[in-house]
This record gives sequence, C-alpha cells and structure tokens, in this order.
Amino acid sequence: MKTAVIVFPASNCDRDAAVALEKITGHKAQMIWHRDTEVPSDVDFVVIPGGFSYGDYRRSGAMAARSPIVKDIVTKAEKGLPVAGFCNGFQILTETGLLPGALMRNKGLKFVCRPEKLKITNGNSRFTSAYGSTANVTFPVAHHDGNYFADDATLNKLEKSGRVLFKYEDNPNGSARDIAGICNEAGNVFGMMPHPERAIDPLHGGTDGINLFKSIIESI
Amino acid sequence: MTQAVEITPEIVAEHGLSPDEYQIILDRVGRTPNMTELGIFSVMWSEHCSYKSSRRHLGKFLTTGARVIQGPGENAGVIDIDDGDAIIFKMESHNHPSYIEPYQGAATGVGGIMRDVFTMGARPIALMNALRFGDPSHPKTKSLVDGVVAGIGGYGNCVGVPTVGGETNFHKGYNGNILVNAMCVGLAKADKVFYSAAKGVGNPIFYVGSKTGRDGIHGATMASAEFDDDSDEKRPTVQVGDPFTEKLLIEACMELMATDAIIAIQDMGAAGLTSSSVEMADKGGVGIELNLDDVPQREENMTAYEMMLSESQERMLMVIQPGKEQLAFDVFNKWELDVAQIGHTTDTGRLVLNHGGHVVCDIPISPLADDAPNYDRPYVSTPERDVLKAENFALTDLNSALMKMMGSSDLSSRRWIWEQYDRHVMTDTVDSSQSGGDAAIVRIHGSNKAVAITTDVTPRYCYADPYEGGKQCVAETWRNLTCVGADPIAITDCLNFGNPERPEIMGQFVGCIEGMNEACRAFDYPVVSGNVSLYNETNGQAIPPTPAVGGVGLIPNLDFYTTVSGAKNGDALLLLGETKGHIGASLFLREISNREEGTPPPVDLKMEKRHGDYVRRLIRDRRIHAAHDCSDGGMLVAATEIALSSAQGLHLTRPAGSGAMSGWYFGEDQARYLLAVDPNSVNPIKSTAEGLGIPVTQIGTFGGDKLTCEDGLDLELSKLRATYEAWLPDLMS
Repeated sequence: MKTAVIVFPASNCDRDAAVALEKITGHKAQMIWHRDTEVPSDVDFVVIPGGFSYGDYRRSGAMAARSPIVKDIVTKAEKGLPVAGFCNGFQILTETGLLPGALMRNKGLKFVCRPEKLKITNGNSRFTSAYGSTANVTFPVAHHDGNYFADDATLNKLEKSGRVLFKYEDNPNGSARDIAGICNEAGNVFGMMPHPERAIDPLHGGTDGINLFKSIIESI
Repeated sequence: MTQAVEITPEIVAEHGLSPDEYQIILDRVGRTPNMTELGIFSVMWSEHCSYKSSRRHLGKFLTTGARVIQGPGENAGVIDIDDGDAIIFKMESHNHPSYIEPYQGAATGVGGIMRDVFTMGARPIALMNALRFGDPSHPKTKSLVDGVVAGIGGYGNCVGVPTVGGETNFHKGYNGNILVNAMCVGLAKADKVFYSAAKGVGNPIFYVGSKTGRDGIHGATMASAEFDDDSDEKRPTVQVGDPFTEKLLIEACMELMATDAIIAIQDMGAAGLTSSSVEMADKGGVGIELNLDDVPQREENMTAYEMMLSESQERMLMVIQPGKEQLAFDVFNKWELDVAQIGHTTDTGRLVLNHGGHVVCDIPISPLADDAPNYDRPYVSTPERDVLKAENFALTDLNSALMKMMGSSDLSSRRWIWEQYDRHVMTDTVDSSQSGGDAAIVRIHGSNKAVAITTDVTPRYCYADPYEGGKQCVAETWRNLTCVGADPIAITDCLNFGNPERPEIMGQFVGCIEGMNEACRAFDYPVVSGNVSLYNETNGQAIPPTPAVGGVGLIPNLDFYTTVSGAKNGDALLLLGETKGHIGASLFLREISNREEGTPPPVDLKMEKRHGDYVRRLIRDRRIHAAHDCSDGGMLVAATEIALSSAQGLHLTRPAGSGAMSGWYFGEDQARYLLAVDPNSVNPIKSTAEGLGIPVTQIGTFGGDKLTCEDGLDLELSKLRATYEAWLPDLMS
C-alpha cells in the first residue's frame, strides 16, 4: 500500500494527513511537491490536504487546480486512482471539475472551527464501507469557504445516485442540503470540508476518522 | 538622501527625540547627522526599541533557572523540556496598530511574534492571545473586537498554527487604547537554537522574504507615543500582513536551518532593517555594510530613510556562512521567496549604508544600542485603598446574582471568538479554549508529553494595588498550569502601561514588576522573554496597568493530566484553600454592586506554593477528575464553570462559619482550587492535606442537571448555559 500527500506552498494539513495515513497503513506517505509533474505510478491513494494553497488569493483552490501536479492527478483519477481532498483539498477538487459544485464563503461570513456531528448518508461507498452500521461521526471543521453550492439538478443527481456520503447535523456554513462530503460518479474521488485526518487520535479530536481511511484503503 | 536637509529642532522633535538626546547623538557621531542617520537613531532610541524607561526595572527579574537555556535579550526565551527538546516562546504587544487598523494590526502582531520564535529555530506549535477592549457599549468596541479577532484568525489559521487559548476582557479603561497581546510557543531541538549575534568579518548578509515597501515607516515611534483625537491619521504607519509569505518563510527557514549555512538570524520587526542589522552587529561586536540598491523593493524611488525605517512584514536578515551562499539561494528560490545578498559584516564597528553610489549613513553602532538613553523616571506609589468587608455587601438573591455574573462581559463564554480560530491544525491540541479550562495543552509531536500554556492578568487588581496585582498575575498562571497537571517552568510577559513620564504611571509599572518578581522567585519560575508597551494613553487617560503574563509548563506524561471538563456523576467537589471572603476589587463588587473599589486579595506566595504542589501531586496520583482554580468571580463561578464544562449538575453545601454569603460565594481569595474527585478519594485527600497544613473541605456533589444549594440556589444548567453563551454573540450581532 503506497499513499501520497500533495504539498502546495501554504498547505498546512499536509503533515496531519501524512500522520493519519501512516497510522492506518503502517507505511510513511510520500510527500509530493507541487512543482513535480507526475504522481509516481506505484502510488495507490492520493490525499490533497487542507491549507491555503498559494495563499488562496484568487479563489480558494483555484490556483492549485491549475498546477502541474494536479493536472496529472486529474488524468490518473479519471483512470481510477483513488483521490481524497479535505478542506482546501475539496475546494481544489471542485475547481478541477473532478467533483461538481463549488465552495463559497461561509454563510456567517466568518471562519468556523468546531467539532461537527455528521450523518453518514451512504455507508456503502469506497470511503465509508468500514463504518458498518455507524450512523453518525464527529469530525472537526475549520474553514472560511465551506459553503457547498451546486444547482438543483446537480444536487438531485448527487443525492439520487448516493454520491452524498456525509451531511451536517448542524450545518455550520450554509452548505446546500447540509452536504458535507461527496464523491464522483465512479466513486474513486472524494472531497469533504471537515477534517477526518484530525479525528484519528483519542487525545485529539476522537477516532471517528479512522474508518474513512480504512474504507478506501481496504477497497484497493 | 544625498541632498542635505537641514536638521532643525522641529525635525528632531518630530522624530520623538528630546534636545538632550539629540545632543548625545551629536557627541557620539561627532557631526550633524543626516536625515537617514537621524531616523535610525530615532527608532533605535524609541521607547519601543530601547526600553529607555523600563530597562533598569526589568533588570530586577529572576531570569535564570535549571531549565532556562536562554533568558531575555534574544528574540524569544528558550527552556529545556527534556529529551533534547526545547520550547521557545514569547508574548508581544501590537496595541497601537490594532486600535488604528484592527484587522491588520492584530494579524501582523501574530505574524511578528511567530517570526520571533521561528527565527530561533523553533517550529511554532501554538498561539495564544490576551485581548482588552473598551466598554462593551462604547461605539468603537464592536468593530474593534470584530477586526482584531478576524485578524488573529486570518493570520494564524492560514499559516497553520493552532490558536489554543487566551483571555478577553472589557473595561472602559481601554476605550481609547485596546490591548492586543499575542504569544507564540515553538518547538526546537535544544542543540539547534539559532541566535542573532553576527560573527566574523566579510561574511555575507542575506535579506529574505517580502519586498520592502513604505508601510509601517515609524511604527516603533508611533508605538512610543500617546494617542490624541487625530490618531486615525496614523493609519499609514500600520503594516499589512501576508500570512502566505510567512508560511513560506517558516518552511524555508526550517529547511535552511537543518544545514549549517546560518551563522546568525534576526527577523525584521519593529524598526525593520535598522533594528535587525544594528542588533545583529551590536551583539556580535562587528560592523555592517549594506548596499541598499540590492534590497528587494516593492515601490519605486524609495529613499534610504524609507528603506531603513520601513516595517514591511515577513522579512528576515541573516549572516550566512561563506561558501554556503548558493545553498541559501537554492532553498529560498525553491520556496519562491525574494532573496538578496545585501551586504557583509565588517570590523569597523560602524553601520555603513550605500545607496545610489553614495555613502548615505556612516555611524558607530554601539551608541545606537548600548548608549541608548536609560532613564530613571521618577515614580510615586499608588495610594492605598480601604479594606472592604464582605458583610457590608449583602447577597440576597443567589440565582439572579449568579445569572448576572455568568452573563457578564468578563465571565461569559468566548465561543464567538475561539470558534474563529483553528485550534486543531497540527493535530496535537489535547485541550484548548473549547473546554474553558485553565491552560491549553499541546502535545510535543510524536511523544507522550505536552506543554501547558496560559495567559493571565487581573488588571483591576493591578490598578488597585500594583504590587499585589503583580504577584497575583504570576501566581494565577502558576495555578492554571498546576490545574492541568503541568510543572510550571517559566513565563513571558507583556507589560502594558500608560505614559511612564507620569510618576503615578511609573509607580504602577515599578510596583507590578516588583510584585511579579517576588512571585517568580517564590515559585522558581523565571521570566525568559517579554515586551514592554508604554504610552497606552489617549488624551491623558491611561489604561489600567496590565502586565499580561504567559506561563508555560511541562506535562511529562499525558497519562496524567486534568481538565475542567472531567467531573462525573456522583463526584465530590472539594475546595482546597482558605476562604476569608475577600470582596475588595472583586468582579462581584463590580457587576452586582456597581463599585470598583477596595484592596485586591492579598497573595500569600508560600501558601500558593504549598497548595499548588499538593494539587499537582494529586493529579499525578490520578485522584482528580477535574480541577479549576478560583479566580474571577470566586468559588461559585469556578464551580459553575466545572459544571457547565462537564455537563454535570451540582449541589453545594455551605460549611458552618463560612462568613458572609457574598464573600463565601463570590469572594476572590487566592491560593484556592476546586477539585472534582471520586467520593472514595475524599478522605485520603483530606487526611494527607491535614498533615501538610492545607485546608480541604467537601462543598458539593455532582449529579443531575441543576445547580442547587440550601441558600436558595436553584438553576437549570441549560438556563445558565444559555445566559453564559449569549452575551458575546448578542454584543456582536
């Protein structure tokens, strides 16, 4: 099992993602610098971490989505490579078009950081299968631009096809239909605003995130 | 700066220099300085950079100890936390800029304090802040709170360092001068600490980071003067922050620090290029020659004067090992930062600046730093207040009093603030503001030990009696670290006062320092870094004396720690310490009786030590489920805070001979702790305490969903919580 974390200038959850991947797989994750042009062919799972890639100056995730390494991720994801983006990573994935919709400024216009209770809305996906009968998890959120938006047709399609994997119990950011995390049609690309990588340790944020990583890794 | 500008007395005065100080400059330079040279002297001799009113008093502090690797005098203090690890920390003020431009002022305060820490080789692992705002009803308060909180969050969240705790007070004494004190804690290897002393001759000097612009020119001078009605016009002297560049600077510096390329390093903070180059040269006993044409510049046609006095953010100066220049260029280019070799060290002991083919400055360095004025300002002691008796302050309705206290400006929940701060990034935050606990707990990455961090000061005590207030602020940090099971190690301080040229203000300053120092010595708890912010006055009205203290302690093993949220159903509530019912200068007096008078509670340092050491021992023995010290609002407020944080109701009993109700419930006697323990632990804890001469009394039992007592208290936790959570959101909505 080989995993990788992409490092952009001002990624700041890259270490957190690497710690989580190592804890779950038993192997160190490979850190891939944004100027690299290719994800090595033996990498089984890629995490695009949270942070403020390139300062998020144009629009959250907009510049990262156009970086050379992300172009290669898009190509490989379209051929089936499992990819997850958390927080800024989710924003980047929507900017690439791998996932539909966009993340707008939070409804309250303020950064929000708190533990958030989520409902698992599809427990049969490649990112949720290990949760079994668990109905709820708590992951921390920490973002300024997490207000998920898509048009009604897209939202209907997402919901009908089981691609909404997590919903907020107490919507912190105004996201449409309380959506917290979605996957692509093929089910190998997943993005969410909350931070499952911050919920893998009983001393810090609980352990609800472990099964998310287990799910995707066991599916490979 | 080649054309001569005549240095008139008006120009000297505009630079904040007295005629006497100017005469010293004439003597030291041996001729009339040009404008650039005058500007350099003016910032180096500003209160902010030279500590000219405070230096002789700061020298009284205990600054050494078994765990102290570096005390005051460097960018930050360094302490040993075993296993080859070191903690590097400091607190600093950004008061004046934050009042004028709250978002950028607060943001750059956070950026500046982080640079002080990573300059020394530490990766920042936690941020704290201590904020004071004016009266909640003052027309500016709301927008200042909004801007400051957004600025702190906007910077720290982006850089990816968790903001784990702090304190926020409101008082009309800060109407014209808010206080924004930011603290940063970093982790380094004890044998890989970097210092600022430039060494050697002919060694290359590198500039790295943001380009230099015209922002912040004379910021240090602004921070060394009072405000008046036209202070808003000083907005151009406030710097603008870029957390993105800061994040790149941290990573790039960490990468270069892992090599042996850096001889010395200093961030460009207050007084920018001037103070960084002068301090590096002065500490190393060398001279420096800079070519200002090589300084990366953001604006066109900048003069030498502007470049030397700019406070553009996110810039570092370093002396590089000869032969390692290319390595430095490679690292900084990788991180896409501006980097330039702008000069070299010399053996002349002079600061020489070349610009546009001319020498625009050639002055001796030692007078800039060592010969800076060092004033013995006259001071008078604060008049003694009357001792108030609790029996003169009746407490008739306990329910309404407690509701009013928990919903008051200083005791209500700060959730609205800390939910805007990323508290979890780096995934080592064991406890933060979220629990309302006494100290934040941040794990040392990859280990099972942690640092505990707290900031405290009770300005109303310092105002009433600077000496006792000074003792109390140090003691409270020590208690707070104790409450989570940490061994307190050392403090940083941020001394915020009014105009030191007024003897009564200077008296507050001296009194607080002497009180703080006595507490530091009693606890073997040295000061390792700090900052002084004077002239916090507007139109002659000074802030209350506010020596904010940041305390750091070590939890050697995370199997033994306590928070405020661990009380269980059926637990006994113990009060450890003596209750005399001290009501003077209390929050009860202010909130319920609308009076701000009386002496503050005296602090018995020997008693504090005895009680705290025992609490820590009990935590290590795993006897304690939740611990909380009694501070603002006294016992009943502390008990309510445990109940709310643990989501447990509580029934209280009042022991016989407990004196007046106001004093028992809301008195602010010091050296007291509330402990939630298993009922089976009560007797062993009490009997050991008896042998140590420590009073311990069971005053309650946890359970249910109400707060009750025989004196008529009967409140649902949910009702208390609603009041506690509502005040700040209501203010800000």
